Amino acid sequence: MVNLTINNKKISVKEGTTILEAARQNNILIPSLCYLENVHVFGSCRICVVEVEGARNLQASCMVPVKEGMVVRTNTERVRKARKLLYELMLSDHPDNCLSCQRNQNCEFQKLGEIIGISKERFDGEMYMSKVDDSSPSIVRDTSKCILCRRCVTVCNGIQGVGILNAQNRGFRTVIGPPGTLALNTVNCTYCGQCTVVCPVAALQEKDSTQDVWNALSDKDKRVIIQTAPAIRAALGEEFGYEPGTLVTGKMVSALREMGFDDVFDTNFTADLTIIEEGNEFLRRVKNVFSGVPDTLPMITSCSPGWIKYVEHVFPDELDHISTCKSPHMMLGALAKSYYANKIGEDPRNIFVVSVMPCTAKKFEITRQEMINNGCPNVDAVITTRELAKMIKDAGIDFSKLEEDTFDNPLGLSTGAADIFATTGGVMEAALRTVYEVVTGRELPFDKLHVESLAGFEQIKTAEITIRDPVPEYKFLDGFTVKVAVTSGLAGAKKLMNEVAQGASPYHFIEVMGCPGGCISGGGQPRPTNDYIRQKRLEAIYKEDEGKTLRKSHENPFVMALYDEFLKKPLGHKSHELLHTHYVKRGIYNEYLE
Amino acid sequence: MDIQVEQCNCSELTEEEKLERIAEVIEDYRHREGSLIQILHLAQGIYGYLPIHVQKFIAQRLNIPLSEVYGVVSFYSFFTTSKRGKYVIRVCLGTACYVRGGKKIVERLHEILGLDVGETTPDGKFTLEVMRCIGACSLAPAITINDTVYKQVNPDKLQQIIDLY
Ligand code: SF4
Ligand code: SF4
Ligand code: SF4
Ligand code: FES
Repeated sequence: MVNLTINNKKISVKEGTTILEAARQNNILIPSLCYLENVHVFGSCRICVVEVEGARNLQASCMVPVKEGMVVRTNTERVRKARKLLYELMLSDHPDNCLSCQRNQNCEFQKLGEIIGISKERFDGEMYMSKVDDSSPSIVRDTSKCILCRRCVTVCNGIQGVGILNAQNRGFRTVIGPPGTLALNTVNCTYCGQCTVVCPVAALQEKDSTQDVWNALSDKDKRVIIQTAPAIRAALGEEFGYEPGTLVTGKMVSALREMGFDDVFDTNFTADLTIIEEGNEFLRRVKNVFSGVPDTLPMITSCSPGWIKYVEHVFPDELDHISTCKSPHMMLGALAKSYYANKIGEDPRNIFVVSVMPCTAKKFEITRQEMINNGCPNVDAVITTRELAKMIKDAGIDFSKLEEDTFDNPLGLSTGAADIFATTGGVMEAALRTVYEVVTGRELPFDKLHVESLAGFEQIKTAEITIRDPVPEYKFLDGFTVKVAVTSGLAGAKKLMNEVAQGASPYHFIEVMGCPGGCISGGGQPRPTNDYIRQKRLEAIYKEDEGKTLRKSHENPFVMALYDEFLKKPLGHKSHELLHTHYVKRGIYNEYLE
Repeated sequence: MDIQVEQCNCSELTEEEKLERIAEVIEDYRHREGSLIQILHLAQGIYGYLPIHVQKFIAQRLNIPLSEVYGVVSFYSFFTTSKRGKYVIRVCLGTACYVRGGKKIVERLHEILGLDVGETTPDGKFTLEVMRCIGACSLAPAITINDTVYKQVNPDKLQQIIDLY
């Protein structure tokens, strides 16, 4: 432990702690801007300056580790003046249109101004040319709002390992962005949106789709169907002041009805369906490989479109490893415009499907040519959790006063296995719950059905399960040890893919989610998303799973009815047509190869 | 006035040969510290400038993001991403030259050649650039054309200088 004094308060903290962290642990709040706990400690803004006895210059407290006997003051006239000046300089070339800005009331730069107490603008600086890049279907960059904190650079290069955003040019002309004047849709951006989660201002945002949805809602001839991803219910509440980790499933459904959606479905339903299709696909691959028929292992999950775009760009020769299953919300869209349209006697062309997703890459996914059946796109619009919250507010709904409601059937019922799709390790666990039972006739032999080593936020997690006493059809698997791996975040995916590309992967089945932690911390989730909030959302998801009577996808009665009435069998003709897809090879500058 | 124009024989190489040479440089330097700047510097020597496709080539070979390569290229003013002319005219805008009319010279050259700073004439003959002090302050304002230094340049005499080329 190290002893020091901050503002006359004697404290002791762990060695290696920075002054800023030491202060926060002791409830002394030093204003900061670029610093992002456990993610980005870079020291670019210097807003966090403090006076350290014996040091001539003010010190950036987020960068300086504590020393024994240190005497720190965080609120002297000198510190406050310096902070104010730094802020005013940043403000001098920042557009002052907060009222019409997407981040109004939810902006770290604006909030900081309130803390520091700026009443009028002293400097009138030259504005850096404003450049809005809205070339991609997912992400919009507005460089005029950028305060050069470089959090996005750290996330895009370090955590995601993609490297789209970097500092370009220098001095006053510095911009954070893709190389040169290249637009986002001409580079290998995965559209994961992790940069939009950490950006403190309105410089990086999802592309707004709320107007498309309002338009559909006010079109009398359209039947507007909405579905919500597993991760929304565990995070949406944060936008309305609830504690992180509060499940708001019932209120969310009520809000959607009040907004005028004709059917409120649950993407969880098709998460269960995915497990049936993907589980069978895995078993088909294993069977083939065992009997000498050419097929590819490991199989890798396909429900994260940011991950898919990444692998298409960076490992275009390994696409056979990716499960051919569409992501769950695309499956639901495809079924809404076929199975469900038949049931209610509606022309699929009059159906408008909206997906609420924790994800910005899904906005891109729905534009893919592979996602069209019978001339209709499977899904017509994707909005993020953040956009849904805006729409609910815009609709004048007092969220906390809403009654609880439930999803519509037949595409609304789900098992606990579908809930855990929201978190890293969840898809694998859900698949194992079903595959193990199909192969052995027995339930997955773990406490509460959880595969413990696959849960949590470690970058790469693994498990091994040995098959004993299988049912006759799978006799050939007796004694076979299935090896699985799970990763979230693209830097982890890259490690596993390098092994795959070298033919050295020891695994049979791999789950990849593009965002660190999985969909609960997706690129479209409420800001901020930090370690604490991620953990709370995770706990909420497991709670939702454990609270259900049905916890295995193959127990979902509506999924079974869907097979009886319509699909006939897993991997059958109809499934192939509606629920499965293929991938394209892309160069790293977003050109099609072949 | 003696004018010697240095010509790099690289310009006689074909596109493919140039890229091949750059690839060799990359292999030589890839494991050294600070190699990116070195490689870019040599690549500019070979290719003459660093257009985006050459940067892509380097990024791909080094297995690093293009945004990082471009970040470095755009940070240092000695890298250029556009093709330079046969004769590169640099106007000194160090303090002394600036005070004694460096800016005027840029304007006059703009009138004569129709170039903004950084641009090259369509026939590929002249490129106009500016630079920091070249140490000819006592005889300001100064310009250089390739390796020849012209001191105490009178803006009205610029046409005559240009006509020498
Ligand atoms: S980014 Fe923040 S400070 Fe800037 S205009 Fe928007 S709300 Fe205001
Ligand atoms: S969306 Fe993802 S890949 Fe694209 S720039 Fe942002 S962090 Fe990088
Ligand atoms: S785009 Fe946002 S996160 Fe990136 S440097 Fe600018 S302000 Fe920071
Ligand atoms: S918060 Fe410490 S330098 Fe930005």
